[in-house]
Amino acid sequence: MESTALLIAASLNAGTVLAIASLGLLINEKAGIVNLGAEGMMLCAALAGFATVVHTGSTVAGFVAGMAAGALLAAIFGALVIWLNTNQYATGLALSLFGGGFSAFAGTSYVQAKLPEQSQFAIPLLADIPFIGNALFKHHPMVYVCAGLVFGLIWFLYRTRAGLVLRSVGESPESAHALGYPVRRIRLLAVVAGGALCGLAGAYVSTVYTPLWVEGMIAGKGWIALALTTFATWRPARVLLGAYLFGGVTMLQFHLQGMGVNVPSQFLTMMPYVATIVVLVLISRNPTWIRVNMPASIGKPFYPGS
Amino acid sequence: MLRLEARPQPSARWGYASPLLALAITVVIGVILFAALGKDPVRGLQVFFWEPIKSTYALSELMVKATPLLIIALGLAVCFRSNVWNIGAEGQYLIGAIFASGVALTATKETGAWIIPAVILAGVLGGMLWAGITALLRDRFNANEILVSLMLVYVAIQVLNYLVYGPWKDPMGYNFPQTKTFESVTQMPRLMQGSRVNIGLLIALAGVAAVWVFLFRTYSGFAQQVGGLAPAAARYAGFSSRKALWIALLTSGGAAGLAGALEVAGPIGQLTPYVPAGYGFAAIIVAFVGRLHPVGIVFSAILMSMFYIGGELAQSRLGLPKSITGVFQGLLLFALLACDTLIAYRVVWKK
Repeated sequence: MESTALLIAASLNAGTVLAIASLGLLINEKAGIVNLGAEGMMLCAALAGFATVVHTGSTVAGFVAGMAAGALLAAIFGALVIWLNTNQYATGLALSLFGGGFSAFAGTSYVQAKLPEQSQFAIPLLADIPFIGNALFKHHPMVYVCAGLVFGLIWFLYRTRAGLVLRSVGESPESAHALGYPVRRIRLLAVVAGGALCGLAGAYVSTVYTPLWVEGMIAGKGWIALALTTFATWRPARVLLGAYLFGGVTMLQFHLQGMGVNVPSQFLTMMPYVATIVVLVLISRNPTWIRVNMPASIGKPFYPGS
Repeated sequence: MLRLEARPQPSARWGYASPLLALAITVVIGVILFAALGKDPVRGLQVFFWEPIKSTYALSELMVKATPLLIIALGLAVCFRSNVWNIGAEGQYLIGAIFASGVALTATKETGAWIIPAVILAGVLGGMLWAGITALLRDRFNANEILVSLMLVYVAIQVLNYLVYGPWKDPMGYNFPQTKTFESVTQMPRLMQGSRVNIGLLIALAGVAAVWVFLFRTYSGFAQQVGGLAPAAARYAGFSSRKALWIALLTSGGAAGLAGALEVAGPIGQLTPYVPAGYGFAAIIVAFVGRLHPVGIVFSAILMSMFYIGGELAQSRLGLPKSITGVFQGLLLFALLACDTLIAYRVVWKK
């Protein structure tokens, strides 16, 4: 019973990483841009966040540094893709490769570094409820911020004018342009915002989730976050749900190992990646379902007057 | 302000000049980086661009590293020209290496030289199998090949770990996670005394010719490229996009698997957790920098090999982390993509 509560707690925590990054990518994709550089941005942000916490001791400063790193890299990506019309897939891939290389290079001296001891979080009263308290109310504040972010994003995308403009830019940039909206500037803003969220997720990984720095520590979470947007058919609430589900799959491996299940650990480590493939297959099986939900101009460049 | 103006025709001149300009930009950023880190930039450039070519031995090591990059990138060129985004070559390379090792491990002292083609064939089949999963899921279920092929890289790494930590671990290996060293009969024959260059280089060069003929002299290669450039035209012409998908993925998977086989039965000589060296990802950059053209890829593979060797030397000679290679690889691709804009657009000054 108690171990189930801990499993739920761990899944929510792991899901939070995926959800924050995936919501960022969702903003990008709603504006018509696919950023395959998520993994690279998260790696650089993880390092930036970790290094900041090592030097300042403040986790919040680490989050800010991570967001700044993510936003900066995303801005470079955006400038190339939106103003120079480079191929989105290739440029995103370049960002992932560069981010992996750069973070490994710049992070060598931080490999042995340690972070200050972290305080335990618990919501007064609620945390004392048996089972539920352990499962839901003893999390880092970021877990609740992330859940709140989903509602914020739903409100922004579907209830505000700015959100409508953002979506129109992803559906039909030509129409948005004809109506006088600065399509490229809006897309750049969306890309930078998405990068900042990926950066926040990266910094959360290296400062809270697994407080250390190792080369390549994001281990595909950026790519899984990309798959999640498709899995969620581009709906914020489903992104959160999917992220928690994947968090559960990731955590189940440790749970099973703890229970002494006799499967080689490598096959358990494989699970989140296999699960991503299975989920992609299930969701993509029906092409119409994808086509109806996907932003119509996703991945297509737009250059006014061309 | 500066504006981009579409050229009436893509510029052929910039097609050639863009990779050179991208390299120049990467070098300039590299010089700035060296200076910022307090290292002598001249020494830095020497380590990357002179040391790897200054002697026959250095040149042969350059070829050893360039061979897998060249082979994988040739396959990827076919794939990318067909507009199929296989970015999981690293995984296909690994499974190729694993299949090849499986055959190589059966060899005993009495085994004949037939084992060499068997090892190579096993590698190719392993790579094709791994890429075939991506092709099947894309073809049958419409699953995005970028994400599937990439996820399979992580799966392949775990398969490798399972084998070297589990059933294939050398019982005499002091508990190190690696297989026993392969019998010498499985070693790819070397081309000359005193260097590690082996028949892999010849296979790679034959691959250059084969891919050139396939792309530019066969009907099937033509259909492949039309499908990549103009899917609607290809459909109208009756070219099967499913067939193109399978050809693209099986070719690139087979090539990556081949490279994996040549690597484990060549310079490495056993299966270890260090087989994944990022060649599969670097080869993506090699393919783009080489303009997805077999001859261009020869040059870019050599360049990328210089980056690898330069990175190792930078570690031993300049005290910089080896991962500086990854920084330059990423920068080169970024710079190339930016410079490629000049092929389709020209920069004009407009008020």
